[in-house]
Amino acid sequence: MLLLLVSFFSEMILAQEYFPKNDGVHQVNQNYTAFINAKIFITPTEIIENGTLLIQNKKIMAVGSQVKIPNNTNIVDLKGKYIYPSFIDMYTDFGIEKQRAQRNFFTSAQYESKKEGYYWNEHVKPEFNAFETFIYDEKKAEEYLQAGFGVVGTHLQDGVARGTGLLVALNNFDNNNTRFLSSKISQHFGFTRSTNSQQSYPSSLMGMIALLKQFYHDANWYKNGNASVKDIALEALLANQNLVQIFDAGDKFNSLRADKIANEFGLNYILKGSGNEFESIQEIKNTKASFIIPVNFSDAYDVADPFLTNQLELSDLRNWSQEPFNLKILSDNNINFAITTDGLKSLKSLKSNLIKAINHGFDKTKALESLTTIPANLLGKQHEIGSLKQGYLANFIITSGDIFEEKSTLYENWVQGKKYVVNDFTVKDIRGAYLLTLNNEEYKLKIDGELTKLKSDITKDSIKFTSNLSYKDGWISILITNKEKDQTTFSRITGLVSDVSNLNGEAILSNGNKVAWSANKTDDFKEKSEKKVEISVPKLFPITHPNTAFGSIEKPIQETLLIKNTTLWTNEKEGILKNVDILLKKGKIAQIGNNLTDATAKVIDGTGKHVTPGIIDEHSHIGASGGINEGGHNASSEVSLQDVINSEDINIYRNLAGGVTISQILHGSANPIGGQSAILKLKWGVAPDELLYPNQPKFIKFALGENVKQSNFRAANPTRFPQSRMGVEQVYNDYFQRAKEYDLVWKKYNQLSPKEKAKTKAPRYDIELNTIAEILNKERFITCHSYVQSEISMLMNLTEKFGFNVRTFTHILEGYKVADMMKSHGVGGSTFSDWWAYKYEVKDAIPYNGAIMHEQGVMVAFNSDDAEMSRRLNQEAAKAVKYGGVSEEDALKFVTLNPAILLKIDDKVGSLKVGKDADVVLWNEHPLSIYAKPLKTIVDGTLYYDVEKDEKLRQQNFAERNELINLMLQEKNKGNNTQIPQRKQPTQYHCDTLEESINSEHNH
Amino acid sequence: MNTYLKIKILAVLIIVSTSVIAQQTPALKQTKSVLILNAVAHIGNGQVIENSAIGFKNGKINLVADARVIRLAADAYDTIIKASGKHVYPSFISPNSTLGLVEIDAVNASDDMNEIGEYNPHIRSLIAYNAESQVVESVRPNGILIAQITPRGGRISGTSSIVQLDAWNWKDAVIKEDDGIHINWPSTFRRAGFRSENRTLEPNKDYSKQTDELITFFNNSKTYLKGKQSEKNVVFEAMNGLFDGKKILYIHTNEEKSIIDAVQFAKYQGVSKMVIVEGYEAYKVTDLLRENNIPVLLRRVHDLPLMANDDVDLPYKLAKLLTDKGVLVGLENSGDMERMNTRNLPFYAGTTAAYGLNKEQALSLITLNTAKILGIDNICGSLEEGKDATLFISEGDALDMRTNKLVHAFIQGRKISLETHQTKLFKRYTEKYKNQ
Repeated sequence: MLLLLVSFFSEMILAQEYFPKNDGVHQVNQNYTAFINAKIFITPTEIIENGTLLIQNKKIMAVGSQVKIPNNTNIVDLKGKYIYPSFIDMYTDFGIEKQRAQRNFFTSAQYESKKEGYYWNEHVKPEFNAFETFIYDEKKAEEYLQAGFGVVGTHLQDGVARGTGLLVALNNFDNNNTRFLSSKISQHFGFTRSTNSQQSYPSSLMGMIALLKQFYHDANWYKNGNASVKDIALEALLANQNLVQIFDAGDKFNSLRADKIANEFGLNYILKGSGNEFESIQEIKNTKASFIIPVNFSDAYDVADPFLTNQLELSDLRNWSQEPFNLKILSDNNINFAITTDGLKSLKSLKSNLIKAINHGFDKTKALESLTTIPANLLGKQHEIGSLKQGYLANFIITSGDIFEEKSTLYENWVQGKKYVVNDFTVKDIRGAYLLTLNNEEYKLKIDGELTKLKSDITKDSIKFTSNLSYKDGWISILITNKEKDQTTFSRITGLVSDVSNLNGEAILSNGNKVAWSANKTDDFKEKSEKKVEISVPKLFPITHPNTAFGSIEKPIQETLLIKNTTLWTNEKEGILKNVDILLKKGKIAQIGNNLTDATAKVIDGTGKHVTPGIIDEHSHIGASGGINEGGHNASSEVSLQDVINSEDINIYRNLAGGVTISQILHGSANPIGGQSAILKLKWGVAPDELLYPNQPKFIKFALGENVKQSNFRAANPTRFPQSRMGVEQVYNDYFQRAKEYDLVWKKYNQLSPKEKAKTKAPRYDIELNTIAEILNKERFITCHSYVQSEISMLMNLTEKFGFNVRTFTHILEGYKVADMMKSHGVGGSTFSDWWAYKYEVKDAIPYNGAIMHEQGVMVAFNSDDAEMSRRLNQEAAKAVKYGGVSEEDALKFVTLNPAILLKIDDKVGSLKVGKDADVVLWNEHPLSIYAKPLKTIVDGTLYYDVEKDEKLRQQNFAERNELINLMLQEKNKGNNTQIPQRKQPTQYHCDTLEESINSEHNH
Repeated sequence: MNTYLKIKILAVLIIVSTSVIAQQTPALKQTKSVLILNAVAHIGNGQVIENSAIGFKNGKINLVADARVIRLAADAYDTIIKASGKHVYPSFISPNSTLGLVEIDAVNASDDMNEIGEYNPHIRSLIAYNAESQVVESVRPNGILIAQITPRGGRISGTSSIVQLDAWNWKDAVIKEDDGIHINWPSTFRRAGFRSENRTLEPNKDYSKQTDELITFFNNSKTYLKGKQSEKNVVFEAMNGLFDGKKILYIHTNEEKSIIDAVQFAKYQGVSKMVIVEGYEAYKVTDLLRENNIPVLLRRVHDLPLMANDDVDLPYKLAKLLTDKGVLVGLENSGDMERMNTRNLPFYAGTTAAYGLNKEQALSLITLNTAKILGIDNICGSLEEGKDATLFISEGDALDMRTNKLVHAFIQGRKISLETHQTKLFKRYTEKYKNQ
């Protein structure tokens, strides 16, 4: 046993020691309090069975099994009771007033910041200090205290950079001078706009990421003394960089995104998650970050109504059953995390949710650690709080037993040595059977139930009288109805309890007379013998890849595949080959020919079927999170779709089912200079980054015409330039010129010797201009949303002046009018097969557009811009045969080889040639036929869509759905809480989808 | 400049000048009898005549026969179109269409498809139908020659009419005036809010209230129509014809529960002809629909499943699921960019053939079935004697993009132009490049 030597230095640290005192005499209290005979959790793993905890004022003076107790000590006997360190929640908004939304739909959009002296964007506000507006909320503190918390971290949960948080003890008996453990403990970030700012930028998740990156770049630049202005926000960010950095990711993929920012800038974020980390546990683990994890498990859906139940997605049903496993899975993977109450509707549900997690396999010791030592460590306060050691704050809770048992009661929560009573354990136990004598009649009285919630039962012979017992501050009072069924007249008995074997006092009868009453104990209370219910760990429904409908239990793997005796659309000079075999091996096309064999290959009979290269969609908006447009500025080249890939979008699977193997995910068309695009290999069941085409050429989306000049949602007082095609040219001219100058400045600076560099102010790194400079340097390529001939010619002219070419015009519905100019400029056209009439600028759009451009020698592709059309681009290609008589082989190239060429990836994809990527589609018939459908879609040699497997998945979906519905019905039957069915409707992004837009019509 | 070039320039000038008059001039009355010989005839009712003889006179089909069997006098028809290797079809029909009500989606001034107010049976689409719309013209070369022009919006959006697509004005165009009334049935599930990426859908708490309102409105209409009507109520008046089977009640809805409720509603209200429009979940209540003889105008085939866990190809195979259970199905096309997409109607049908139906069944979805559903199968929908000669000849299979190439099209016997604003631009710019 550990013998602790206690050094009895007096604890003199009273907060107000240097404060003048006018309301009485100065007092110093040096008494001790000793808690003896308790089971003490010094730490979650260091437990004393029968120990003593000695405290004085705010601090723990000694803890151990043999503690020497000084004479001036109050002794509290805790026989049979437990002492734990009180909990720490490092992620709350306790005492911080919520920001109010200031939205006015009728005023013009606000593009500039209204704050002076700060950063140019109101959504980053690192200068905000939570302690400055903090108001200690005693009532809320009581809720935390009742849930077992002693210390919370709190901050403003608003904006992209949110300022600093403070650490406060939940001490309802002292003031903030005592409570504040740290006025600035943490610096906070998140992926949300500031509620009380109307500044347009950033309107999207990718915009927030770009904003934060630029902010860090600027901070580094500022730090090195390169700026000629003062910026309070940058200074605050820099000043607070040594604090604990906490990022509110709020989703598993957002955690990965925040982690990337951290890596880029050498930061160390603690990531606040959402509870869905288990779905991507390997990637979460790979971040090596620490997490703050909520335990706000959802209630089962009320699935009694089959029609409403139909509206629930399988993934929502499944999530309810899987999410209680999150903590176990995180812990099994050795991920360091603290638990937060954030997101709980009531703090009271913390305990039941923790117990739920424990029933789902989460280890109790881990549970305690994640509420005590881990948050203490993460906050750098491991020598002050979170454990019960000498010198630590006297923050502890006293319970009747194991705190993670349903039955246990939390009695007291001591914070900084101050007692907060949750449930009084000194109360006398009056439970038992009594003979009650009242007004000369004898009754049987039985008192039972929880000590905190007693129940009475009064009978005489076989008659039962309704009664209501309350027991508070030592007083018992019972309200009794006089007759069995008469609910209108009552007797009231009260009495102060001194001897539990004989209760007595006065009763007031219904007629108002006072009489004495007494009750003699006839039998002791017996705890109902607990039926030993075997708690079996609930079933973990398989976490599929992705964890949605049509996800697979096993991650798809690369195979060796041999398709025999098929018709091959090579897109090479060989043209269409009949009755040949194609061997796919190690993700590449290994062989094309007759009578191929491979011992390891899975053989697929291609007789009567067709094989084509995978379809490539040059213009798509699937698989992105948090908005497809950053329309908050007229130029947003700093944002990148690669930052916001959502590999779980069902449209990826649907596209694969339509034979698509590559999609370029483009920024929308809300502004002349859009964002950087992402070229994806469509893969279903992998992490977002695994979708990115390896070493992909850099592209950026530009846009012309009605969308960028805001024609179809023009505000009453437009404030964003440009509002006409004339202005659009000037936006480009301005940016190209500035980027050119920017590039020059950097080139000059980079040529300086280290010595010269030290003497010279460094230029500011600007992601936006840097991206444009890449275009000028022909390292990045433009794909430009365009419609009418004037604007098309304008951009070609302008870029020629700046010495580069546009790579691709997308949409380009009047391309047929300027096909010759396009040809000589060397730009390709990625168009729609037959869209028109949706806007004024497509009045002259014709379905022969593709054919004419093709005829004139322009590289032509057909794209979708639409999650529905993209899954049948083969049909769209066939329309080139109908409208304008393009040959079938060339038509197929419109959606395979030609987009590959436009995307500069035709060295690897777009045709069937030995050595190229094994991205192929097996069709049931002629791929341009309306009757064609893909049977198998293979990307990098991996089968991501297979019509046969799809059928099995449908059956699995159905079976799993039924099983889950049954479980939910059981849940309702047990009387547990349920919620009404509801589901999220994801937005299908198009070019013009603005987060702000409430208009459901699309303008493409 | 040689003469040849001059002629060429002249030709270009003519094209340029004709394109000023944007629309095709409606065809003159057919004065001759016409025989289409040796084409593969797709009757529309499931039948195919591989080598057919289809004749018409005075705007009506008067011969549908096997060319190998039939014997005709050399002068039986004034005009003989030799169509060997080609295919002849009855007109495709686009129901629940807004053709001619909007010209350009984003140009508000060109939009006449939606009236304010909730109960608008008196709102008539026909008088707003623009017979000279360039969009209308553009759907004809793909075989769509008949459409049901339908208003949008509100609980009762209004009264539709059926038109043929080669006319000087709406009076010329009309085939069946005020054919039906359209209800947008309340949803049981609805959007909780519009903002943010993920919008929440939740149960519609007002569902019963909204259906009650409909019942009250119908009851009031019936009561009014039984009375003296000394003071006119144009709204109730517009409901006339619904209760004696002269008009069809089109109930637009997708959900299983709504469909069941709508069927009960129509029964209870004594509406004898009722059609479910859209009907995404109609496949779940096929017995009810079949037993009550209720057809479905099925929502756009080329669409995404409404839920992530729905079968990936559900919209493609709904027609098959319904047809197999004996429900009469036609295809409609409402939704995003619906007017311009009308010309893809044949390819919607083709897709249903890729996903389970046979090709002739698929064809029926946009011909005879739709004609039956709209109550116009006495005059169109199939190549049968006595019906209007509203038909076309295609180079090949008209349900497939590659071969849907019309060579001739006739509306009530009149040989219509297959030129459009778009074909003119095609020619104009083809010429431009040729001349460079």
